[in-house]
Amino acid sequence: MQQHAMMDVFNITALDYASAGDASATIKRKLKQLGIDSTVLRRIAVASYEAELNLIIHSMGGTLTLSITTTEIKLVSRDVGPGIPDIERALQEGYSTANAEARNMGFGAGMGLPNMRRNADDFTIESEMGKGTQIQMRFAI
Amino acid sequence: MTIAEMVAILDAKVLCGQDELAQEVTTACGSDLMSDVLAFVKEKTVLITGLTNVHVIRTAEMLDIRCIIFARGKVPGEDVLEEASELGIVVLTTHHTTYTTCGKLYMAGIRGNNECEQAQR
Repeated sequence: MQQHAMMDVFNITALDYASAGDASATIKRKLKQLGIDSTVLRRIAVASYEAELNLIIHSMGGTLTLSITTTEIKLVSRDVGPGIPDIERALQEGYSTANAEARNMGFGAGMGLPNMRRNADDFTIESEMGKGTQIQMRFAI
Repeated sequence: MTIAEMVAILDAKVLCGQDELAQEVTTACGSDLMSDVLAFVKEKTVLITGLTNVHVIRTAEMLDIRCIIFARGKVPGEDVLEEASELGIVVLTTHHTTYTTCGKLYMAGIRGNNECEQAQR
């Protein structure tokens, strides 16, 4: 088990659309300062933003945790519910349960989870109804 | 071409980033759906959209998009422009529709983001 050199936890509030992107922008700026390659940085930023948007649009609130080691960046999204009833379906491109407000902002096209999986080097998702969802993404640096 | 040349082709107005117009541009993408922009844009590019909320700027920030063109004469709110300005993103507005804006740029040699990716394969 590798020691985490640095860890940051960002609280994400459900339905707080105005704040969407604040945590991901902070994460991106921080990683840029550390000199992370711009192509990798963009993949991390997109995955982080998708995770943050999902927490705001779909969850009852949660956290986004950034861990930095010398070899990888890890992003973990944890929420307190409601849980995803059918993960396989949620991972399909185009499947979405987003509300009208999210769609009016230009989101909710059912690309979030597939896009996170595509951008991360390693992607795992676990969800339990009534308990919550945890997504872990790793990026080699 | 440069952003300045794009301004001329589109008869566009510069809303912010006046000092950054010498930047070179080779590809563009047009969409009102930020979900799709996040999923398909793979390189620094120009975004043409009719959506004017602050999430367009945030999406551009995540993807390193350096220039946004608002079509159909749309002008975003001051808060949106302020955020773009802080991030050094050039924001233009043109009276042309999204379709015509894309067509004019394509005729001038600007290619689609995915097309460039396919050509590189």
